[in-house]
Amino acid sequence: MSTTTHDTLDNAHDEHHHGAPKGLMRWVLTTNHKDIGTLYLWFSFIMFLTGGAMAMVIRAELFQPGLQLVEPNFFNQMTTVHGLIMVFGAVMPAFTGLANWLIPMMIGAPDMALPRMNNWSFWILPFAFTILLASLFMEGGGPNFGWTFYAPLSTTYSPDSTALFVFSIHIMGISSIMGAINVVVTIVNMRAPGMTWMKLPLFVWTWLITAFLLIAVMPVLAGVVTMVLTDKFFGTSFFDAAGGGDPVMFQHIFWFFGHPEVYIMILPSFGIISAIVPTFSRKPLFGYSSMVYATASIAILSFLVWAHHMFTTGMPVFAELFFMYCTMLIAVPTGVKVFNWVATMWRGSMTFETPMLFAVAFIILFTIGGFSGLMLAITPADFQYHDTYFVVAHFHYVLVTGAIFSIMAAAYYWLPKWTGNMYSETLGKWHFWCSVISVNVLFFPMHFLGLAGMPRRIPDYAIQFADVNQIVSIGGFAFGLSQLIFLAVVLKCIKGGKPAGDNPWQAADGLEWSIPSPAPYHSFTTPPEIK
Amino acid sequence: MSPTQKSNRKLLTMLILGSIGMFGFGFALVPLYDVLCDTLGINGKTQNSASTYDSVVVDKKRTVTIEFVTQVQSGMPWEFSPKVNQITVHPGELTHAKFEVKNLSAKNIIGQAIPSVSPGQGAAYFNKTECFCFNQQPLAADASAELPLIFYVDADLPASINTLTLSYTLYDITDKQAVSAKQGAAR
Repeated sequence: MSTTTHDTLDNAHDEHHHGAPKGLMRWVLTTNHKDIGTLYLWFSFIMFLTGGAMAMVIRAELFQPGLQLVEPNFFNQMTTVHGLIMVFGAVMPAFTGLANWLIPMMIGAPDMALPRMNNWSFWILPFAFTILLASLFMEGGGPNFGWTFYAPLSTTYSPDSTALFVFSIHIMGISSIMGAINVVVTIVNMRAPGMTWMKLPLFVWTWLITAFLLIAVMPVLAGVVTMVLTDKFFGTSFFDAAGGGDPVMFQHIFWFFGHPEVYIMILPSFGIISAIVPTFSRKPLFGYSSMVYATASIAILSFLVWAHHMFTTGMPVFAELFFMYCTMLIAVPTGVKVFNWVATMWRGSMTFETPMLFAVAFIILFTIGGFSGLMLAITPADFQYHDTYFVVAHFHYVLVTGAIFSIMAAAYYWLPKWTGNMYSETLGKWHFWCSVISVNVLFFPMHFLGLAGMPRRIPDYAIQFADVNQIVSIGGFAFGLSQLIFLAVVLKCIKGGKPAGDNPWQAADGLEWSIPSPAPYHSFTTPPEIK
Repeated sequence: MSPTQKSNRKLLTMLILGSIGMFGFGFALVPLYDVLCDTLGINGKTQNSASTYDSVVVDKKRTVTIEFVTQVQSGMPWEFSPKVNQITVHPGELTHAKFEVKNLSAKNIIGQAIPSVSPGQGAAYFNKTECFCFNQQPLAADASAELPLIFYVDADLPASINTLTLSYTLYDITDKQAVSAKQGAAR
């Protein structure tokens, strides 16, 4: 698609000589997109392990029926904070980190458009999560109303620490909005000459659309947490029927944010998979422009389906049908994507290095999650599935084997570019196979638990669910431990390894592969020539 | 400032304004929600002002069962129950019903009853000419009261609806009387 001239390459080498400043303050004061990308990625990995530790507490308690290890109230705090951390602390910052690292290199820009804001948008994040985690140690405990914080659980019945929860969500929201604004401005204004819209790599396209979604819905989340705050502490009645409010309205406003939010967590994945599959199939991506249009249509449809989370609140039949059909419609552009990836692999000379393994697993397992989503979209069926483990199975298939697997794939794919060294393929394959087996032992049986009627968010359950829960917990512990292999791979790769060379994947296409590995501290200070 | 920086600033301003706008939109959803529920007659909210009863046609051929359900906000020390749990009426017929309420505590408490009709599509056809839910209910310690409701069901009630459940939930509004006096009265 595009190459750089030798002039720019030489230039990039020159820049390499005056590299990064030394010491701790380098990281605090940095405005370099690569440094900030690294900070985001490490932060998200630490949060991934923190949220994962909470999942281990949940699975340990559910290993047997009855109450063994933790109090129900603490169990509820674990499910709540596990969800919040994984959504706002692990998946979203990981994507922002990848955006920071990759978007400037992919569009031939020297850096992000607003580097100082970039520094701020990262550095407020650790404070947000310190506040959230600290609230767990307060009297009365941390948030225990589920990550969806439905009123009146989060207003009338919530602990005093709810104010801290609200402020931490505000800060996370501001951080994501700043990150999104930066991505939009960078992509719109900083593309190298000749990098036309339909030449943009799909990761850039999907992130641009994600950024618009973020700008549209994160402020609505900020609004709804503010309403919770004033309802709880300042006597307003947005969600309190006694004062003329309506608790169901909470769910409408929350899911107006919440549904686009789930696409925010999957659209960049589509971009990553669209970069990796062609490389290891040694064929160009099938149906590039249809991918762009499919992404855009998914984003638009995401605003029209929020009430499918609320079928059981007693909506009129017309509304239930409207939201059911709109939800099913989303399967069309998503199907376009899946078929395009399969068509890209068709008759390609495929090899299965770790990034490709994760990408193929993504396509299969994300599709399973998509299908269970279609089952949930059927209104009458949803009355049975609602708030059972079937829902838990569904969204973990799309978020763990979807979003998280794509982030893993991206990390393996671009690690050689980031560090200059090849990661250990043996360890990478161990990580993949341990993860993919354990994740299915963990989440697949949850479908059956849900269909048999086990409700979600409970610390204790009926005796007939005991065996399956035990299997699920074993899968959970194995999946948790497998992620330590990933930590080992990354640390080993940073320390050393086979030199990667500019383009370790031979068939990889894109501007980021035209510069040396590790990517110099300043790249594309003069714009590359795009063919 | 370079041209790129200039256009960056411009786009930055637009996007910041956009996100502030969306913050406002989140709050605009609140009145929008009420307007939509009112116009579409969904959500089981009944009219909060007295309707008048004149020249209403009584449909003697049809009967509708009205069920009364009462709830008290958890922790509120009141007893609240309908005198009869269920009555059968003809559409258009003016009917009286009574509810009993008792303050079990040694404090003066102000209550507010919030009505809801199920199925929601029937709410628009449930007309109250007099209802205790239009007013707040101050009740002295250990006092009890009888609360009146006079209503009729519109004869246009869809044929598919044979039963209407009227549910009242009583809330303790002693603490937020000031707030609800403003908002509650409007509803």
